[in-house]
Amino acid sequence: MSRKIILAAFVGLMLVVTPGASHGMHIMEGFLPLGHSLFWGAVSLPFLVAGILSLKRSLKEDRNAKLYLGLAGGFVFVMSALKIPSVTGSCSHPTGVGLSAIIFGPFATTVVGTIVLLFQAILLAHGGITTLGANMFSMAIAGPLVSYGIFKLLGKAGVRKTYVIFLAASLGNLFTYVVTAFQLAWAFPGGPGGFGGALAKFMSIFAVTQIPLAIIEGILTAMVYSMVMEYVSSEGATILTNKA
Amino acid sequence: MRRGVVKLKFLANKNTLVILLIVLIVLTPLLVNRGAEFGGADGEAEEAVLEMNPGYEPWAEPLWEPPSGEIESLLFSVQVAIGAGAIGYVMGVMKERKKIASN
Repeated sequence: MSRKIILAAFVGLMLVVTPGASHGMHIMEGFLPLGHSLFWGAVSLPFLVAGILSLKRSLKEDRNAKLYLGLAGGFVFVMSALKIPSVTGSCSHPTGVGLSAIIFGPFATTVVGTIVLLFQAILLAHGGITTLGANMFSMAIAGPLVSYGIFKLLGKAGVRKTYVIFLAASLGNLFTYVVTAFQLAWAFPGGPGGFGGALAKFMSIFAVTQIPLAIIEGILTAMVYSMVMEYVSSEGATILTNKA
Repeated sequence: MRRGVVKLKFLANKNTLVILLIVLIVLTPLLVNRGAEFGGADGEAEEAVLEMNPGYEPWAEPLWEPPSGEIESLLFSVQVAIGAGAIGYVMGVMKERKKIASN
């Protein structure tokens, strides 16, 4: 119960601090039992397929889509490489997938996120191949879905655009790490507190660390988005205008 | 024209404030939590897993690990450079296109 209250307080805090955009610490190679690795791989694969199809469609229908894709992909590259210190005394990094989710939708973002996860797993020993499915699910599926959902919902409610983008990106970021904590607690409920105790432990490691980073991601995503909208010429911007 | 200029200035100021806010959020932990190690959250999770499940043996190892912290930071820098280059290029192209379209 008290955990729920704490979580609600954190979300509330983020709502109060409304200045204006990401991703981070993945599950390490070998740190999910084989069954879990296969499970998350099987769950994530259909999203990747849907993403490739959705991306192909976007690239076909808007001649500027390649440009936006370069921008959204570049943003994920930058954000997910910036390890930022947090009040918990450890570091994590934003994800950057919120921008892509807003421009291209959640499924196309799965493709973008997977490319970055592969890059980091193979070249940086960050995340892993055996945990790729689980990390895809948290950063490239669940987070983008939350970002996109908030963007759609609040966008219709007539909330100011900057705030919508900020909330979409930062809550998507935070949710990515809530999912990571859940995945680890599900795989390793072995402590004295069982699943609940493990979840609290992993939440304190990932989600709490992530709060300031989520705020930073929200701010940067809102800034980049507003710059894009300023430069976008009205003709041929079907992707941005359809979704906005 | 005049109005446009004023609007841009206002935006620039707001962005400056917001960037200062980001710097503040990054610096605060360094000042508040001086003794901390600031290691990766994933490393902490690794410890927590092994602490709660002493019997667990990670069954896979990274295929390749950067041989040193320097090489690792090189690769992270390359990642940022690629990303920032893409963003800068796209922003430039969009800005020029808009300029051409409005002429």
